[in-house]
Amino acid sequence: MSEYILEMRNITKIFPGVKALDNVNFRVKRGEIHALCGENGAGKSTLMKILSGVYPYGTYEGDIVIDGKIMPFRNIKDSERAGISIIYQELALVKNMTVGENIFLGEEPVKNGIIDWMKVYSDTRAVLKELGIDVDPYAKVMNLGIGHQQMVEIAKAISKKAKILILDEPTSALTESEVDQLFNILQDLKKKGVTCIFISHKLNEVFRIADSITVLRDGKTIHTGYVKNLTKDKVISLMVGRELTDRFPRVERCPGEVVLEVRNLTVYDAEMPWKKIVDNVSFSARKGELLGFAGLMGAGRTEMALAIFGAYPGRVTGEIYLSGRKLNIKSPEDAIKNGIAYVSEDRKRYGLIPVLDVQENIVLPNLGRISRWSVINNNEKIKYAQEYVKELRIKTPGLTQKVLNLSGGNQQKVVLAKWLMSDPKVLILDEPTRGIDVGAKYEIYNIMNELVQKGVCVIMISSELPEILGMSDRIMVLHEGKISGEFYYQDADQEKIMYCATGGRYS
Amino acid sequence: MIVREKNPVVLRQGINIDIRSYTMVIALLAIWIVFAVLTKGNFLTPRNLSMLMRQVSITSILAVGMVLVIVAGHIDLSVGSVSGFTGAVLAVLQLWYHWSTIPSILAALFVGLVIGAWQGFWVAYRGVPAFIVTLSSMLVFRGGILLVTKGVTISPLRPEFKIIGQGYIPSFWSIIMALAAVLIYIYMTLNNRKSRLKYGLPVTSWNIEIMKMIGTLSLIAVFIGVMIAYQGIPIPVIIVLFLVVLFTFIANNTTFGRYVYAIGGNREAAVLSGINIKKTNMTIFLIMGLLSALAGIVLTSRLDAATTSAGNLFELDAIASAIIGGTSTLGGEGTIPGAVIGALVMASIDNGMSLLNIDYSIQIIVKGLVLVLAVWIDIATRKRTAY
Repeated sequence: MSEYILEMRNITKIFPGVKALDNVNFRVKRGEIHALCGENGAGKSTLMKILSGVYPYGTYEGDIVIDGKIMPFRNIKDSERAGISIIYQELALVKNMTVGENIFLGEEPVKNGIIDWMKVYSDTRAVLKELGIDVDPYAKVMNLGIGHQQMVEIAKAISKKAKILILDEPTSALTESEVDQLFNILQDLKKKGVTCIFISHKLNEVFRIADSITVLRDGKTIHTGYVKNLTKDKVISLMVGRELTDRFPRVERCPGEVVLEVRNLTVYDAEMPWKKIVDNVSFSARKGELLGFAGLMGAGRTEMALAIFGAYPGRVTGEIYLSGRKLNIKSPEDAIKNGIAYVSEDRKRYGLIPVLDVQENIVLPNLGRISRWSVINNNEKIKYAQEYVKELRIKTPGLTQKVLNLSGGNQQKVVLAKWLMSDPKVLILDEPTRGIDVGAKYEIYNIMNELVQKGVCVIMISSELPEILGMSDRIMVLHEGKISGEFYYQDADQEKIMYCATGGRYS
Repeated sequence: MIVREKNPVVLRQGINIDIRSYTMVIALLAIWIVFAVLTKGNFLTPRNLSMLMRQVSITSILAVGMVLVIVAGHIDLSVGSVSGFTGAVLAVLQLWYHWSTIPSILAALFVGLVIGAWQGFWVAYRGVPAFIVTLSSMLVFRGGILLVTKGVTISPLRPEFKIIGQGYIPSFWSIIMALAAVLIYIYMTLNNRKSRLKYGLPVTSWNIEIMKMIGTLSLIAVFIGVMIAYQGIPIPVIIVLFLVVLFTFIANNTTFGRYVYAIGGNREAAVLSGINIKKTNMTIFLIMGLLSALAGIVLTSRLDAATTSAGNLFELDAIASAIIGGTSTLGGEGTIPGAVIGALVMASIDNGMSLLNIDYSIQIIVKGLVLVLAVWIDIATRKRTAY
């Protein structure tokens, strides 16, 4: 038997326009806990999707080798049969079924064509006991806490005889004691010979539990080694150590008076109202300033933005002032009336009406302005749409083209156009360049600079550190809902920001 | 600068849009030709066409509102019961309480509006799915009909009231109305042209503009010719034409109309664009209630009676018309004229088969199959265009 239970050799995966993985090598030893680290977008998820068969054999280059045998997975079932089980951040349990039903979902033991419920629940009890998980097999999953739900997922994987268990950001929703419990179970599994791949941003946890680390950056393998030979600082520099080239049109500015002031903003999870997603955040942003918000996924930046925009579904406390006037924002309608605009990170889902055409999408939030007695002046509509298509260089065969037929960069420009037309005082951009090619990115950066020049207060949320450093005048870092750092761009570098974003604090 | 991309996907899309929007017109003409041949010309007599138009009018009134409901991503199962109920209220007021025609009509419309408000309240402000709310209303108002009529047929209504459902515009006035429509159409076309020039937008060349005008005018001429060859334009048909023009305008040229499409196209994005979803949904159900009452009035007038089974299964005809006419079951897409074409398709099949003395049982089966076929065509063409 080879020393490595899993080898991914020379994996290259290309999406239209983007090389997500470039000749990646990833080797995991039998029975170890192996951490996979990297920034957002480094290629961790893509690599794991290849391993779990989501991207089938043939859609990527390279080989997956398990126990020395090349495995061409055609689908998820194939990879499960090979003993690979992946537990995603978004748990894949059926909430209104019981623990037992979930563990045996799709593999129900059958006797004479009838489900053998006695066996389901006795086997469930056995596997839970083996893992030391204290959960009632008859309990409905929706009545369990997130920690227990995750353990049910692990039990499900073990009951499927998983040899390699992949955990994607498993601790992001857990309390500290739940994390302890999870780590105990992982150590236990290790003793039983289960290999575990642990994907995490949180270096404290990585150093606590993992034996080896592989660092990915920009779709390439940067380093693989034992934890004992590494330090946190070293890993951070490996994660971010890319060179900054001239990808950002830097403009020197002197921002004006304070436009937006946020005081003691606290946002509670919509589904778990006891959990704070944003915790007592206060900050201010100025006229003609570009304020960057850095942080890792799940740090609460999007929730913060949605709360300011009146679109967050859960409870929100705190105060928001615009030019010194206290606002009472209950809905996006209120926010827009007051001159606050928000461009969502998920433009397909939240930014565009895909079946409507370019002009309709652009004018949608601004219909009030081009209509009288609620009758729309269609010529006015076309005039505005033409203006923005020209100004933002939106590439479309015509104004009546449905936006679902445009490229990502052009779709994003349509979303920008729609908010530029509303003439905002404060413009919040959430991951404005995600999934956009380099050329379009540069154009969007220029548009942002022009806006700031015109006196708009732009708040940019971004997970790409070079973008944050290259564009912002000032940078705030969020970690687990709290502000963990604030820098002027001149004082900031990638290591400092990553340090704050992973839970360290600069004083 | 607008760059014209030579993208094959885009090009195919452009062609498909045209095919899609004319599929049902072509299907309708095909159906007419088939029946004309099978009935040895009986189908295309002015008398039969006039009857067909009148038959289709009640379904069309409901289908006009149903387009808005379905485009916004809802459904309304109650329109049949509500039509029957408002008609019953009207008849009771006229016969048992001796109200005159106009007040009883206004009362019926008011009842429709209140029912719309009731349904809108639950859908928009209480978040109960429209399917459930309107299913409930379907039962409630079917019961309501039995309650207000005490289970008996109420007849006859006032003579002047019958005109709404049974009357015709005399030939002379039909021609006057057609001429007025022609003048308004020409004025609007020229005005639109002037306004586009004022905004510096491109206009179509005079040749094409004149061709389009001649096309539209000959359609109007043929329609009027056929109608006056029988007895003139049936009044319900005038009501439908008026509603089609009005609601096409509302759907395309008012903020409310565009919000309906935005909500159906992508609810989340609509919310984040600052659209007041609750108010829009409420308005949709108010309009549907009003139109249901109007359909009830026309129905009661045509039958000259309020019966306990009035309006039974009308909701299915209205939904089928909207969907056959190209309204997407997923919401976000659909046109008012399309729904009326859809209603005509259904009614033509009905009418043609009746002329051929085909058994009623077979008629229903055929109608059911046509619905599936039409939606399948819709989905099949959509798949090719979307991804």
